[in-house]
Amino acid sequence: MAATAFSATKFMQPLPPRLNSTRSAERSLFSDPLKIKTTTSFLGSIHTNKLSLSRSPISHSSSSSSASRRSPNVVAVSEVVKEKTTQSTASLSSLLITKEEGLALYEDMVLGRSFEDMCAQMYYRGKMFGFVHLYNGQEAVSTGFIKLLKQEDCVVSTYRDHVHALSKGVPARAVMSELFGKTTGCCRGQGGSMHMFSKEHNLLGGFAFIGEGIPVATGAAFTSKYRREVLKEADCDHVTLAFFGDGTCNNGQFFECLNMAALWKLPIVFVVENNLWAIGMSHLRATSDPQIWKKGPAFGMPGVHVDGMDVLKVRDVAKEAISRARRGEGPTLVECETYRFRGHSLADPDELRDPAEKAHYATRDPISALKKYMFENNLANEAEFKAIDKKIDELVEDAVDFADESPLPARSQLLENVFADPRGFGIGPDGRYRCEDPKFTEGTAQV
Amino acid sequence: MAAISQGIEATTALFLANSNKFLFSSCGSSLSEKKRNFFVVKSDGKSYSGLNQQQRRAQKVVTNAIATKKDKAPSSTASKPGHELLLFEALREGLEEEMDRDPCVCVMGEDVGHYGGSYKVTKGLAEKYGDLRVLDTPIAENSFTGMGIGAAMSGLRPIVEGMNMGFLLLAFNQISNNCGMLHYTSGGQFKIPIVIRGPGGVGRQLGAEHSQRLESYFQSIPGIQMVACSTAYNAKGLMKAAIRSENPVILFEHVLLYNLKERIPDEEYVLNLEEAEMVRPGEHVTILTYSRMRYHVMQAAKTLVNKGYDPEVIDIRSLKPFDLYTIGNSVKKTHRVLIVEECMRTGGIGASLTAAITENFHDYLDAPIVCLSSQDVPTPYSGTLEEWTVVQPAQIVAAVEQLCQLLR
Repeated sequence: MAATAFSATKFMQPLPPRLNSTRSAERSLFSDPLKIKTTTSFLGSIHTNKLSLSRSPISHSSSSSSASRRSPNVVAVSEVVKEKTTQSTASLSSLLITKEEGLALYEDMVLGRSFEDMCAQMYYRGKMFGFVHLYNGQEAVSTGFIKLLKQEDCVVSTYRDHVHALSKGVPARAVMSELFGKTTGCCRGQGGSMHMFSKEHNLLGGFAFIGEGIPVATGAAFTSKYRREVLKEADCDHVTLAFFGDGTCNNGQFFECLNMAALWKLPIVFVVENNLWAIGMSHLRATSDPQIWKKGPAFGMPGVHVDGMDVLKVRDVAKEAISRARRGEGPTLVECETYRFRGHSLADPDELRDPAEKAHYATRDPISALKKYMFENNLANEAEFKAIDKKIDELVEDAVDFADESPLPARSQLLENVFADPRGFGIGPDGRYRCEDPKFTEGTAQV
Repeated sequence: MAAISQGIEATTALFLANSNKFLFSSCGSSLSEKKRNFFVVKSDGKSYSGLNQQQRRAQKVVTNAIATKKDKAPSSTASKPGHELLLFEALREGLEEEMDRDPCVCVMGEDVGHYGGSYKVTKGLAEKYGDLRVLDTPIAENSFTGMGIGAAMSGLRPIVEGMNMGFLLLAFNQISNNCGMLHYTSGGQFKIPIVIRGPGGVGRQLGAEHSQRLESYFQSIPGIQMVACSTAYNAKGLMKAAIRSENPVILFEHVLLYNLKERIPDEEYVLNLEEAEMVRPGEHVTILTYSRMRYHVMQAAKTLVNKGYDPEVIDIRSLKPFDLYTIGNSVKKTHRVLIVEECMRTGGIGASLTAAITENFHDYLDAPIVCLSSQDVPTPYSGTLEEWTVVQPAQIVAAVEQLCQLLR
């Protein structure tokens, strides 16, 4: 295992032992599966206390009102953990979600899971090609955050973007068609798995290189601030979420954007989906200080760590981070500890990860966890869940049928969206703009 | 946001159905005046036919040959129309006019705000428009260019300044992947009306890294347009056109040209991004050039005229795409082509232009195309060595003489 290999090398400082025992030195809580079961009372509300800074009356209400509020920017995970361990397992006075909210969260996560499973099937049947990165296991992060957004809020993702698109509201049909390369896809078949865009739902991509979406998200947040302050649209409080992984947190663009976002107090939340693995590179082997949330305070913004396998905890943290941004208090860095059940992509044999680690996280499946919570608190019964499962199955099947029946792009589509203003193709030898040539749209013109 | 989404659909729809929408009538006799009649449906649903009001004005102001301008003795300013200014002031004027016209236009870059820009192109703008509209960024080219792209996607019209064009090499990721490609990979949903500009080219002993010509590196990126300005007149016109364009445009300025003085019209004008500029009509040879080399060419032209040659000088201005109409008409007339550029020899603009001309106008050529470019060396610091890396007027004269000899 990697940990033992490390301790053998002379010049490396000993890193904390690998995941099975502890993921970080202080968080021994996650080591013992039994402990986890008893503390599944979702403790997200404890986190919110630390995040909120203002006592302004306009603060958006979170589902649980917090009694104590603390001032500093920095949130130490150790404090959170201390509270967790001292917290008795007695149930909280108020539930974290209503039945409707719970079922909506469940449905969204099941949609993500079923869709990704169907993608795998379709890939192995030769309906889609290239690099396809599936999101199985990480649904709590997408659902927890994106379901709190308005349509005008923006989401920027990476190549693991199918579920972000679905959570943001892009129809499953459009995403599946895009994956099949059909012209009815959300990007007319021109983007593919790694480039999901939706103008209507404000999904700003889908980026293939890691880190290159973060500046774009920063730009969208800048626009929101610009609208409010320069264009005087006083009610513009659009928030942008930037999703990226643990590997990205060692990339220059990440740090440059943390700096700019904090400097100008941009309404953005940086969401780190720390699933511990960048293809075959363990986070612990690539990062000098593996605790990513710590990098927030270094730039002057709160850094929060949250259990990314628990949708209610994520949702609680997300509420506060998004409200902070809406209030104009600036960015937040949220590190979600999560895990992907499948390999990095469908081409990844996934031989490097320890089966024991995979088994450990399989017991923390966010969908099962939510179901369990709702059962325990009598929010829903088995029949209702089954109904949702069936509904989603039908939806995904319908998406596949739609994609199958959709046409492939015609030759004339090749040159169509290269330029927003097609005069950019220039003036041809005959004096006309190339785009004025009828053969251009038919796709038979020489450029 | 809503307005933009309408625009995207409308523009895409227009493009799909454009074969019966665009009408063409042949242009007038003069090479410098191109009339284009067309029917355009704009993204907001309004339509117009014939020339754009501003383009009509632009046609009226014919660019005078640089050589003749230099020879004119300075006369009293009171009698002449227009106003005199330096090239960097012309850029600023264009920028300011566009910022007044559209509140979504904003500037971002290093030292553009309080410092006024390292070449004073944005001087005074931060005081006028505020710190958010003229944004001083930290030194993070890749990220603030990406930020500009994200802002453009969400409705603003940013102008990103590279303090020196060479610094934009750090932003290559964003320029290539996002700026050029996102309109396409999003299926036309998002447009990126960004302008990336900055000074480049070989200056006065600035050293290798500050003397780069990035036009050759960027030219392959699909989805962007590149223009190079060379006079105060076209600097202002191209700046305005670039800002108004829905496409991402890279505007190449030159460090040594910022202090060129010229008289430009008082009334508003916008130039065409895709057109080349006829600098000096002639009969014997077509000399294609851009940016600073235009002045070396015109200096050589004086010598050539004295020796009895009649060169036609065209400033191609649009580096991507090439204006093959102006260039083609010239080739058909003179049958000999000389390209003078400041780019390096390998894979430069001249190389692409040579290929394009050979492909399209091979039959009209009486001699092989000659391309004079800078040497394939990192620009040395020492003055004499630096002089030898770029093309000098004497070399241009010699090349023309050799080209024309082949016909005598």
